Amino acid sequence: MIGEGLQSTNQRKHSYVQDHVEVGFFTDPSVCIGCKACEVACKEWNQVPDDGFTWSGNSYDNTGHLGASTWRHVMFLEQDRQKGNQVTGPMGLLRSQSDMSAVASAEAEDPFRWVFLSDVCKHCEEAGCLEACPTGSIVRTEVGSVLVQNDVCNGCGYCVVSCPFGVIDRRPEPLHDAGGAFKCTFCYDRQKSGLVPACAKVCPTESIVFGRLDDLRARGAKRVEELQQSGYKDAQLYDPTKTSVRGIHAFFLILGEPEAYGLPPKPQIPTIYLKSAWASAFATAIASIIATLVGFAFFS
Amino acid sequence: MTNGPQAEERLEQLREEAWKKGVVPGKGVDVAGGPIPRKPGYYGQPVVKPPVWTWEIPLYFFFGGMAGMSGVIASGAIIFHQVDLARVAMWLAAVGGAVLSPILLILDLGRPHLFLNMLRVFKHRSAMSMGAWILSAFGACAVPGLIALELHIHQVLPGTFDQLLRLVAGLLIFGSAIFGTLLATYTGVLIGATAIPAWFLHRTLLPIHFGTAGLGSAAAVLELLGHRILALNFLGFYAAGVETALLIWLSVDKHGIADRAIHEHGSGWLIRIGEVLNGPLALILRFFSFVPFAAISFLLGALVSRIGWIAVGKVSGADPESVFAAERY
Repeated sequence: MIGEGLQSTNQRKHSYVQDHVEVGFFTDPSVCIGCKACEVACKEWNQVPDDGFTWSGNSYDNTGHLGASTWRHVMFLEQDRQKGNQVTGPMGLLRSQSDMSAVASAEAEDPFRWVFLSDVCKHCEEAGCLEACPTGSIVRTEVGSVLVQNDVCNGCGYCVVSCPFGVIDRRPEPLHDAGGAFKCTFCYDRQKSGLVPACAKVCPTESIVFGRLDDLRARGAKRVEELQQSGYKDAQLYDPTKTSVRGIHAFFLILGEPEAYGLPPKPQIPTIYLKSAWASAFATAIASIIATLVGFAFFS
Repeated sequence: MTNGPQAEERLEQLREEAWKKGVVPGKGVDVAGGPIPRKPGYYGQPVVKPPVWTWEIPLYFFFGGMAGMSGVIASGAIIFHQVDLARVAMWLAAVGGAVLSPILLILDLGRPHLFLNMLRVFKHRSAMSMGAWILSAFGACAVPGLIALELHIHQVLPGTFDQLLRLVAGLLIFGSAIFGTLLATYTGVLIGATAIPAWFLHRTLLPIHFGTAGLGSAAAVLELLGHRILALNFLGFYAAGVETALLIWLSVDKHGIADRAIHEHGSGWLIRIGEVLNGPLALILRFFSFVPFAAISFLLGALVSRIGWIAVGKVSGADPESVFAAERY
């Protein structure tokens, strides 16, 4: 699987847009080396403006979070947990080679792990931003991705509060193209020409895999199984298919709980709240009309 | 340097604080990125994005609500032959709904010159799209409705044409009432159907609050303009009464961490102050017949609580623990 090189779907030309095939990203932190090539490739190809630099003090992550000018974001988690069968603590170093198998199956002392995960727009099956957009600027493409048409967006900001993952944002002044809402385009321009999204193309370990969504889901499930067998007991897929979001096209393998990655465990598309809110609005409208009529009829 | 027991005591205090909280804030000491205490989620980063809206939006909620419900009062006044009151109410509706509201909305856009793109599509599943259409329809009723009413009052056209004008004015004023109630209430749906926990947890309360605050504001402005009639006084009692009930509802219907932005921080104080001003205080002042003070109190409350709800959205959206906690509801 790893090191398929030029045979991999990340390097092959394709015709998914022309064939209307649903595509996705599968991002796997177990092989991510935290190089940030995906962030650089994304900014360079899409000409995303520089939005400043601050030392965050959060491990090696000085990017912060996804936003209008950050469409890939490599997270650096420092956790006091065991990663697979790794041996940590001073006692591990002192043991002889022959003891190592016994150590590997035991609980590590002073466990510590460093996890890298490249975050990106999830391209939801039911997308909050797309439903909320009042201009029709946000559309679904032939490959099932969610795309903001920059020239149509008037910057109302409603998509910003409608995304359950906090991905899309309005670009502030004085950056280039300020005022509009921006997020990952899934490199739709590249895909139309049969090219792979920039981040997946440059990923040296195929931690980011681009391909057909159904293939990727099968690959993800297999990878979780592999990892669990080799000691990564808390490996799981993050793909909320059982919520109103009904699954995401850019899904992740995660070690541990989604909360640690800033991922909501049960994301919901805000349109599910419309029914009760409109019912209350109509009731208030009718009550206001009745109150006014009563006022004029009985107190004039 | 100061010597003595006080200095030593101070150091003891710092040690205790460090042990208890894991962090000691101080002037010139930036601990924003310190690893202890561990912040919730991913280094305390927001899980959803807080709203980017600025001062224009709460003002729009205030003027839009007031203008929309003025249309309802104008209709009531027309039905019960109070043409003078109807005329002033229609002026409020037209100026608030067709001038101030669009200006405020357009100012808030990131790209104001593209505001007409709002009317490219009609999406019933987007409260923002519905709002753009409701505001347009309201303006399209209120402005010609006001013109027709003024022409009728001043008897500009002769006989039969004037009868026709009267009919047209009546229909347009009823149209303003229908779209006006929606204009005053949809804003609650707008922020209630989002991913912001403190907003969506109160999606039933919000349209009631925004609509009723709009009705009370319209009545209050008309009273302050000199229309001290019993019908408007009744509406003042009604609106302040409903707002008082909503204040009780908010203090009972708590969701702990998930909606703590409503009960804590500066945003919580804005909500409380706003609700007290347009709820119990307006009710008491009106009960003791201090009508102008009751009207001013209500208007202030309606404005402050709108500012408060946007502030709540900013605090709640930036709070990862609220988002995680809200998923249990």
